[in-house]
Amino acid sequence: MSEDSHPFERFLRDGMMPHIWCEGCGNGIILNCFVRALKDIEIDVNKVVVVSGIGCIGRLSGYTNTDSYHTTHGRAIAFATGAKLANPELKTVVISGDGDLFAIGGNHFIHAARRNVDIQVICANNFNYGMTGGQYGPTTPLKAWTTTTPYGNIEHPFNLVHLAAASGAVYVARWTTLHVRRLTESIKKVLQKEGFSFIEVITPCPEIYGRRNKMATGIEMMNWFKTAAEIRNASDPAEAEISPEKIVVGEFIDAEKPTYDHLLREMMKQVQERIRGEK
Amino acid sequence: MPLRLWRKPLDSEKIKIPEGEVHVLKDRCKGCGFCIEFCPKEVLEQSEEFNIKGVHPPQVKEETVCILCSFCEAVCPDFAIFSVKKDCKGGC
Amino acid sequence: MTQERTVLTGKHFMQGDIACAEGAIAAGCRFFAGYPITPATEIAERMARRLPEVDGVYVQMEDELGSMAAVIGASYAGVKSMTATSGPGFSLMQENIGLAVMTETPCVVVNIMRGGPSTGQPTKPGQQDVMQARWGSHGDYEIIALAPSSVQEMFDLTIEAFNLSEIYRVPVFVLADEIVGHMWERVTIPSENAIKRVNRKRPRTLPEKYVPFLPDRDLVPPMASFGEGYRFYATGLTHDETGHPRTDTAKAQQELVQRLCDKIRKNREKIVRVSANMLEDAEVMVVAYGTTSRSAMSAVREAREKGFKAGLLRLITLWPFPDKEIAELAKRVRAIVVPEMNCGQIVREVERAAKETSVIFMPKLGEEPHRPVEILDAIQRGSYK
Repeated sequence: MSEDSHPFERFLRDGMMPHIWCEGCGNGIILNCFVRALKDIEIDVNKVVVVSGIGCIGRLSGYTNTDSYHTTHGRAIAFATGAKLANPELKTVVISGDGDLFAIGGNHFIHAARRNVDIQVICANNFNYGMTGGQYGPTTPLKAWTTTTPYGNIEHPFNLVHLAAASGAVYVARWTTLHVRRLTESIKKVLQKEGFSFIEVITPCPEIYGRRNKMATGIEMMNWFKTAAEIRNASDPAEAEISPEKIVVGEFIDAEKPTYDHLLREMMKQVQERIRGEK
Repeated sequence: MPLRLWRKPLDSEKIKIPEGEVHVLKDRCKGCGFCIEFCPKEVLEQSEEFNIKGVHPPQVKEETVCILCSFCEAVCPDFAIFSVKKDCKGGC
Repeated sequence: MTQERTVLTGKHFMQGDIACAEGAIAAGCRFFAGYPITPATEIAERMARRLPEVDGVYVQMEDELGSMAAVIGASYAGVKSMTATSGPGFSLMQENIGLAVMTETPCVVVNIMRGGPSTGQPTKPGQQDVMQARWGSHGDYEIIALAPSSVQEMFDLTIEAFNLSEIYRVPVFVLADEIVGHMWERVTIPSENAIKRVNRKRPRTLPEKYVPFLPDRDLVPPMASFGEGYRFYATGLTHDETGHPRTDTAKAQQELVQRLCDKIRKNREKIVRVSANMLEDAEVMVVAYGTTSRSAMSAVREAREKGFKAGLLRLITLWPFPDKEIAELAKRVRAIVVPEMNCGQIVREVERAAKETSVIFMPKLGEEPHRPVEILDAIQRGSYK
């Protein structure tokens, strides 16, 4: 065994490893799958922009050797909308957390999906606000313990894939960080697809969430994914439950619909042609 | 066992299972143990040594059984492990 | 690109909001993200119609939080971008105005001020957001704000706002009140070639040598755009020259925040603009901006007819505040009259600059701007100080 360089090194920003994430955290696996996807499809990395919001996974944009931007809490999708519309050549990927995208940023998510802006959204769902010390969020399961649900969570969580589908996303999938191959394939697919795409990744947060919920290590959380995950491709995302016994994963939606970008350029073309005709 | 798993593929005689070589970047390891736990061939084990972070990085227990599936590489959150095809110069 | 449509050269009878939109397009703005709000909606409507003609993008966002974020995104993609709003929307934008300051994003935010707080009086004028413009987002920073007082200035100062934002990599505000925004007046739009446009400094190094937040001698770093191969990282966290987060050292915070302030403070002479009227021999100076300065100008003229030596200092730049200019003039006058459509905001800055000189403040809230006769009365009072 030799101590040489990792094959993905050139996709990681110089001097930024090791990352800030805890032992057993799955965010690094998402980063790993993302850069593998970039490598596999041989995309022009100079045109890729990685945008993130606030929270643990928000640091991801600093780790990819791409153009990247770390926005305010919840605004990654809105920022990406501006960047993508201003320069249609860009491939704008938003990688952020469940709290960032669906609590404080929920409005931007549903509207970007409705517009079908050509943005690819990867959501790291760790069931809580990790960076602030483990408060409950929009995906925390009912009855789960967090620092702000000391008597158990009494709020119903979002089903993110159902929400994305209902909002109009053209691609919707859910995987766990154990499904590294399928997750990578999904990322490769959306990087080559046009339109608002959404991939939810269930990721372990043993240090902050797991240990309060009888899964104190990353391995325990990953083993939960292993035993509970059930792949149901093309099934109804409304039925995609997440419970201690079952985590429904799969590719739920893969559809085609004119993107906002496309409709916008068409409209601009028509307007300009009409003006030329008037002269 | 599901049918597809015990049925022998028709071309199984022709297909050669690749032999992998695992590389560990010891000081990057945070010790989550995913590579050890989820290696389908149980190639890895926890080492006795401490790395710069004070955790035990994985070490190869039985490299000859590595089939180069690269799952360890893909599931590592810290870019601390990767596998390459074994150099067969000396004959595999 | 339809060249002849980019600048509507000629004389027009135009509304302030529309002149602002035309100024933006003439300045090279090709991206607008906004959310409808009275009394700034006409800017959005004009941009929605005009931008597609000139290859620009108009997008109506779900709220002002998203609008401001999209404007920053577009600017980082290399396109001059803006938004327009009024008080309630301006409040929501403060979050990402801070982000634009921190990541040194050239962009323009127009605030057509109405009466506040909260929903207030949507169709009535106010000058109540001038302190919010200065201090609205958390943390320390310096900002640029311009106050047009005519439809012509809505055009001219919007161009100026873009130029300043590109030079200093900072969000620049156009702070107009509802009257200036909704007023119709004659506007002269110069020829395409006569319009001065400034573009941001570009990196002069190869991508691999680019240090995204390494400033030049003017304290402003050159700016690359997304998609050009520079592969840089920008964050709202405190960062060093490389753009990488440095949240653990006092040095990084001191260096960055100090530079963000200094790049405006040390260039203030190049930024600050005032208009001095009949101040050579004045004994009473009126300090006013926006619509209020128009009433003040009438009052000064009337005062002169009556034999009072009055003059008007019209503030074109509100931030950075023209304190040196006021301090200099304050030494020569008996009193300073400050009419404002609020309960006292810019007057505090005037008092700070004027030191011992007595300041007569004239607040005004509600539907109407100050009447010249009210300001005239204050000038007369000031003459006997």
